[in-house]
Amino acid sequence: MTTTVDTVTGARRTMVLNMGPQHPSTHGVLRILLELDGETVVKAQPEIGYLHTGIEKNCEAKTYAQAITLTDRLDYLAPLSNNLCYCLAVEKLLGLEVPKRAQYIRVLLTELTRIGSHLVWLGTHAIDLGAMSVFLYCFREREEILKIFELVSGQRMMTSYFRIGGLALEPPPGWLDRVERFLNMFPSRIQEYEDLLTQNRIWLARTKGIGYLSAEDALALGASGPLLRGSGMAYDVRKFFPYSSYQEFEFDVPTRTEGDCYARYLVRVAEMRESLKIIRQAMAKIPTAEGPTRSLAPGIVPPEREEMKTEMEALIYHFKIFTEGFSPPPGEVFQTIESPRGELGFYVASDGSPKPWRVKVRAPSFVNLQALPKLVEGRLLADVIACIGTIDIILGEVDR
Amino acid sequence: MTDRRDLEQNPVVLRLRAWDTRAVAEVLSFRGELTIVVPRERWRRTAEFLWGDPELQFTFLCDITGVDRFPIEPRFELNYHLVSLARRDRLRLKMRVSEKDPIVESVTPVWPTANWHEREIFDLFGVRFEGHPELERILMPEDWEGYPLRKDYPVEGYR
Repeated sequence: MTTTVDTVTGARRTMVLNMGPQHPSTHGVLRILLELDGETVVKAQPEIGYLHTGIEKNCEAKTYAQAITLTDRLDYLAPLSNNLCYCLAVEKLLGLEVPKRAQYIRVLLTELTRIGSHLVWLGTHAIDLGAMSVFLYCFREREEILKIFELVSGQRMMTSYFRIGGLALEPPPGWLDRVERFLNMFPSRIQEYEDLLTQNRIWLARTKGIGYLSAEDALALGASGPLLRGSGMAYDVRKFFPYSSYQEFEFDVPTRTEGDCYARYLVRVAEMRESLKIIRQAMAKIPTAEGPTRSLAPGIVPPEREEMKTEMEALIYHFKIFTEGFSPPPGEVFQTIESPRGELGFYVASDGSPKPWRVKVRAPSFVNLQALPKLVEGRLLADVIACIGTIDIILGEVDR
Repeated sequence: MTDRRDLEQNPVVLRLRAWDTRAVAEVLSFRGELTIVVPRERWRRTAEFLWGDPELQFTFLCDITGVDRFPIEPRFELNYHLVSLARRDRLRLKMRVSEKDPIVESVTPVWPTANWHEREIFDLFGVRFEGHPELERILMPEDWEGYPLRKDYPVEGYR
């Protein structure tokens, strides 16, 4: 790359442009310091922390069960994935086994979350690059997913539906019909998005060959999720370190070797189709799976309402759980899952008291954002927008 | 609880000990997760070995977690969560750092992803990383005083 040189002084002529934190296509409050030579980006430096709310510190002041509500607010497009990862970590700390039925419901709902999250990504990414209609279609389908969440948990977004030891409550009768309806409708809708974008010449011009990331760089930068798989590495936590019975499900891990924005687009669209396959399998398993949706662990899992009113011990446990919480044995665990954005991890350390000693979130967006300078340096300013979109960051999770 | 002898026979522990007898300070296991406590001295060398050794291949640094064990001294713990994609294996490396001398060698040259993780730990715990390319605050404002994730820092902040 040749840098413009001032004819009089001989110095490099670059300017610094401050992008964000109030820019619509930075997907929140991301600020990037761009050093520009004309329209070419010489250096990009992401500045984060504008949404830092101290969630990790707050977790230390809450009981294990209370902290679940904070995890919703990390990656607010995939609250159920966060719930799942935190609950799995605490369950590992306790050595608690969750009934199969609850595990399958968890799988089904997190895969729906993945589709919902990818839909927001696709819609906003497309609107950033000028395709308005895709945005509207994506949000139409996402609405159906949110309605399913509302049906089971009572909340559209901040669900807190997964609890330590299982689920908050049994899903209502007929909820699987609703999922069924979505499954029948959605494949043709994915086709619609693909018709609008996959062969679209503007889309190709804006994404193909843009934001290249090699497999070696992706790995070195700790990238995970579609960002890593778009560069040809087939690392998916669901396959490598299965959790919540994922080993019983059959699905493929889509990868592309091109490593550009277009490859990551294709990976995410293919992932939505794979999620549909997993949901189908989960739907077949749920009605036949034995057992309740919570594990039998008095003192940790709250008793059923009915028991509480008829059995004195259940009443005592209920009182103890909600007044002081439960105390896992001292120790530390690290649990990761495949969230829509990549490898989400929770480190939870206990000192034997009812409050966690330390909760650390390994946020996929935080790590993936480190790759941004690699994607944009030496490219045009307009491509920065495409590159931010393709990483799929959620600032709630980046800044925590 | 796994038997102590089983832990000592773990291939990763054996490999590390064979490479350098002083590389492993302690081996712990909890809920099926292996933790190797390593001395702070020559940490960069150990990291390079873990990354490059053909039998270990810990090429993916998943996360670095700082923990404050106040009032126990040495009070800070750094937990490096490593993944070997080739062997489908996970490992936690633990290092203990005292408050008086909170300096650790940076592993950014080995795993470039460590850059932001180390900045975050510096920002929230005040542990310094020697050889880090740009050790600045990352989440808190540049002029912030104190280290919020330390246990002697109140949850509601100083007023």
